[in-house]
Amino acid sequence: MEEKLTLFKNRKRFGIEKNIDIIFKNTALVFSSFVAIILLGIILVVFFQSFESFSRYGLKFLVTSEWNPVKDEYGAFTAIYGTLVTSFLSLLITIPLGVGTAIFITEDFVPKVFREIIGSFVELLAAIPSVVLGLWAIFVMEPFFRAFFVFLHNFFGWIPLFSTEPTGRNSLLAILILVVMLLPIVTSIARDSLNQVPKKLRNAAYGIGASRWKTIFSVILPAALSGIMAGVLLALGRAMGETMAVTMIIGNSNAFSWSLLSPGYTISSMLANQFGEADGSQVSSLFYAAFVLMILSLVVNIFAQWLVKKFSLKY
Amino acid sequence: MNSLYYQKRLSRNIGDKFFTSLSVICALIAILPLIFLVTYILIKGGSQITPELFTLEPNPPGDDLDAGGINPALIGTLIITTIASIIAIPVGVGGGIYLAEYSKGGAFSRFIRFGVNVLAGVPSIIAGVFIYALIVSTKILFGSMYSGLAGGMALSILMLPTVIKTTDEGLKLVPNELRYASLGVGASMYTTILKVTLPSAFRSIATGVVLGIARAAGETAPLIFTALFSYYYITGFGDLFYEMGSLAVLIYNFALEPYDAQNKLAWAASFILVLSILSVNIFSRILAAFTEKTKRV
Repeated sequence: MEEKLTLFKNRKRFGIEKNIDIIFKNTALVFSSFVAIILLGIILVVFFQSFESFSRYGLKFLVTSEWNPVKDEYGAFTAIYGTLVTSFLSLLITIPLGVGTAIFITEDFVPKVFREIIGSFVELLAAIPSVVLGLWAIFVMEPFFRAFFVFLHNFFGWIPLFSTEPTGRNSLLAILILVVMLLPIVTSIARDSLNQVPKKLRNAAYGIGASRWKTIFSVILPAALSGIMAGVLLALGRAMGETMAVTMIIGNSNAFSWSLLSPGYTISSMLANQFGEADGSQVSSLFYAAFVLMILSLVVNIFAQWLVKKFSLKY
Repeated sequence: MNSLYYQKRLSRNIGDKFFTSLSVICALIAILPLIFLVTYILIKGGSQITPELFTLEPNPPGDDLDAGGINPALIGTLIITTIASIIAIPVGVGGGIYLAEYSKGGAFSRFIRFGVNVLAGVPSIIAGVFIYALIVSTKILFGSMYSGLAGGMALSILMLPTVIKTTDEGLKLVPNELRYASLGVGASMYTTILKVTLPSAFRSIATGVVLGIARAAGETAPLIFTALFSYYYITGFGDLFYEMGSLAVLIYNFALEPYDAQNKLAWAASFILVLSILSVNIFSRILAAFTEKTKRV
């Protein structure tokens, strides 16, 4: 890199050519700094817009769940709780499924052609817009799972998580549609990191008599762990910020409930629902909620990048 | 005595069988709903396609049995993604050129690369919130509030990281020999970049950019309070400064309507959106695989 740069010197060139070269370089520099400007701009703008609400409610905003435009009382606990619960629970379902699928398509259980078809099919699914998934969730998934939810409530109703009578849209459906969205991400990243584990390691494990799954659990998965973890964190960030599919299926209710079978709220669905019609201090409170969401996803993302750097494969 | 033969009952072999079937089950659970989802969208949406769909305005939701068409939304999606591309592609390619060709791997370029990754992870609705605060609520664009232009800007924020990343990575793959050769015949840096390195990385950059555009076309969250929605035909340039419909927002709005006619329109719009996004993806994948095989440099 550096060698090639020092070779291009402008010293002996004509004025115009020299100037064009300098202008070109500086334009590229300005364009690349746009990224930093936009990023800082987003953080600053959202922060300053939320300032009114921040100075009024402080950290109480995070733990109260009153959201009343008439009385001008705002607290985002329901939405924050909903965001965390839906994203973590959906991740809990996605991780085993995604990693299991990734192992299935990196091992030689079926011929390579099938594995490649399955792999690229899963990747294609990541391209389906979330609003279409939301439409599908409303008209196909919700009727499909209705009986199952009633069953859950009847038999496990004593667990607080299933304590409300299921009526249409609810948090559990949002979790399930998030699983559908996250599966392609986790699967394709896990597949890539499993593929990157050197063949030598596998052969060495087979050579000392390890069975296939002993090899997978004790050698290959640990070696690919950093990549898989990073993929999981990226998926977590995506789940927290995911808006459309969740907004369409979660039911959008600010009444707090422990039950997954009752309608809920997430920060992003609250933004999607209320931003258009809000005014006065409600806008500021929504910006405050957006700021919380941004911090959450920034932390997850930066942690993911740090993890990749810190624990990347050292073979 | 028989220890050289495969023994079914050994605990390690039973365990292996168990985990193998477990991973097969995982794969089935993961893939079957996905296949079902795609075929359902294509069949259900495809059956709603009529020629009038492409030419009519949608009727406002009501007891109307006839929902009309999706022409304004279709054109709106094209316009908004075009605006986003016009902003994001030059800026992104320029930024990528800086990172790959000029930067010396110092603190600034490391910070920008980090920023690109962070920006890629910013929730799409935050981009909408940002543009709302910056442009919609301040009416900075000639006094217009919700507009197609603002929607395009919000989408361009989402496209930018993808474009920078693919340009950066595409240029890094160009062998240094080409740069030396260009220098050897007396070319300056910008001539080298514009005439040698960019053209030889063109295919990989174009693939990434097209995928980024396809992703932006399906984004809804940044548009719902920047471009809003409109039921009316787009007739001229001035409409850029007013509310503009898009396929994605149409699906969102009409999916939540209680009327069957509107829901059907949402399915038809999803069909068009999914079909075009999937075909762009498949096409660029085939192109990428093809390029891999016939690479010259």
